[in-house]
Amino acid sequence: MRVETITPTTSTNRPNLPAGSSKIHIERRSSPALDDTPVVFDVEDAEVFYGDFRAVRGVSMKIQKNQITAFIGPSGCGKTTMLRTFNRMHDVIPGARVGGKIRYHGVDLYGPDVSATEVRRRIGMVFQKPNPFPKSIYDNIAFGPRVNGVRSKADLDVIVEKSLRAAALWDEVKDRLRNSALGMSGGQQQRLCIARTIAVEPEVVLMDEPCSALDPIATARIEELMRELKSRFTIVIVTHNMQQAARCSDRTAFFTAELDSKNDQRTGVLVEYDITSKMFSNPADERTENYITGRFG
Amino acid sequence: MIAGANLPLDLRRKRSWRSTKSTLMTLLMGAAVVAVVIPLAAVLWSVISRGAGVMFKDFPAFFTAEVPLISRKAGPGMGPAIVGTLLSTGGATLIAVPLGILGAVFLHEYGGGSKFAKLVRFMTTVMTGVPSIVMGLFVYLTWTLRFGYSAFGGALALACLMLPVVISSTEQMLKLVPSNLREAAYALGTSKSRTILTVVLPAALPGIVSGALLAIARAAGETAPLLFAVGAAHAYNPHLFTEANTALSLQIFGNATSSFVAAQDRAWGAALTLMTLTFMLTLVARIFTARFALKR
Repeated sequence: MRVETITPTTSTNRPNLPAGSSKIHIERRSSPALDDTPVVFDVEDAEVFYGDFRAVRGVSMKIQKNQITAFIGPSGCGKTTMLRTFNRMHDVIPGARVGGKIRYHGVDLYGPDVSATEVRRRIGMVFQKPNPFPKSIYDNIAFGPRVNGVRSKADLDVIVEKSLRAAALWDEVKDRLRNSALGMSGGQQQRLCIARTIAVEPEVVLMDEPCSALDPIATARIEELMRELKSRFTIVIVTHNMQQAARCSDRTAFFTAELDSKNDQRTGVLVEYDITSKMFSNPADERTENYITGRFG
Repeated sequence: MIAGANLPLDLRRKRSWRSTKSTLMTLLMGAAVVAVVIPLAAVLWSVISRGAGVMFKDFPAFFTAEVPLISRKAGPGMGPAIVGTLLSTGGATLIAVPLGILGAVFLHEYGGGSKFAKLVRFMTTVMTGVPSIVMGLFVYLTWTLRFGYSAFGGALALACLMLPVVISSTEQMLKLVPSNLREAAYALGTSKSRTILTVVLPAALPGIVSGALLAIARAAGETAPLLFAVGAAHAYNPHLFTEANTALSLQIFGNATSSFVAAQDRAWGAALTLMTLTFMLTLVARIFTARFALKR
């Protein structure tokens, strides 16, 4: 249905427009509330290299506070690579290098005096595969606070309960906090990882395809959880699932891979970044439209 | 319509070359298991059957009495040898296990592909192949000639033997820790050293303990490195650093090569004692590591 309604307007109008002006006549329907929140990340012409290979280039975008920003796009287009620049997770990969400017509240994340450890304490991450520590449920949650110097048992108890409640996991596990986290189901493990991340009270939670290993019911619970957590955290989520981006994000960024004819490498680029409702109803770029209508990718 | 539709459905296993091959291989594997178990059982049986009598004839005395000065005289015991073995093996463990784990952490977590790390790894491999008697001679020249016989000399020689085993087994275990556990710790704002201490080492602990146990058990039975470093005592010597000592392996060697039947009997008793000791050590370590494992 969507294909039929959108195709005529874009495919007939665009060829007559001068290059680069395709956005001009598109009405901005962004609600003021979405534009008013402060900017958390200001990305300027960012690029990421793995050795000589340029994985992502020329990404410029602003990520705003207390919103869910979704990164969508086909495999190998640099969504995850871009996400990992926000908390300096590329530091641990030999040969990885980040260029351009990524500012977090105005501070250059890759500045000379910036400690990756300090950055990651404020910008947490949930990974594609649930990765609980081979410790008890309690110790998984208490790990981060302990690293940050919380010693008292009473304080830790409060943090553990609060975090598990926030991750909608408390009622399921309150009687077996001392059991291994590895005995939980995949969906529970992923919610445990979310609880573990928010236990250190970060400002931003980065999620790298958090539902790709989960069934639809577990996915629905995580999405519900994301909407609840939005008021306290800024969330950036990478997803392969367009419906997921449409369902729960405020803003969507569409990435794709461009083939460099010189060296035959595929480099990720940011095609379009806008308010989710607009991205999915009236995208400005033809590539975005092709992707969300299922004509490619 | 369908060919053979009125024939009964045949789901029975078909005789084929494939199934014959499978049976053949299963039999071969069974034979291999038997071939491995027979020598093991034979060793166990001969040591138990000939050692148990000696050990239980003078039951507590065999473990407590001193080694007879005149070796043709029958009677207990192996007390000083047990203490000596515990001293030299324990000392070696205290030296080699911490050093080995630290070395492996350096090689795997910090050294990476640096020239120095490659050199250390190469030397470790070389050290694994050095005959134990060479280690004994090395300690004799560097330590015993200057400070005299002592259990500590034996500990040094055994530590030299254990170190490469502990390093390489620990490094293998660190390699097996999934990288997503490290990433999880990093993403919580954990420093590298803290990640190693609180995530990587605990995750690798059961494997590290197994590797260390293997090294300890091997060291406890070594004779050659102790020959030059420990000396030969008949009486108790609880001191680690001074005076000649003895060890179960030395007593087995000494008594078994004697021409007197009484001495040979004591060698069998000592052999069974050493086996029991190693077995108990393994058991204790297993219980210890099981306490770290969590309930599922």
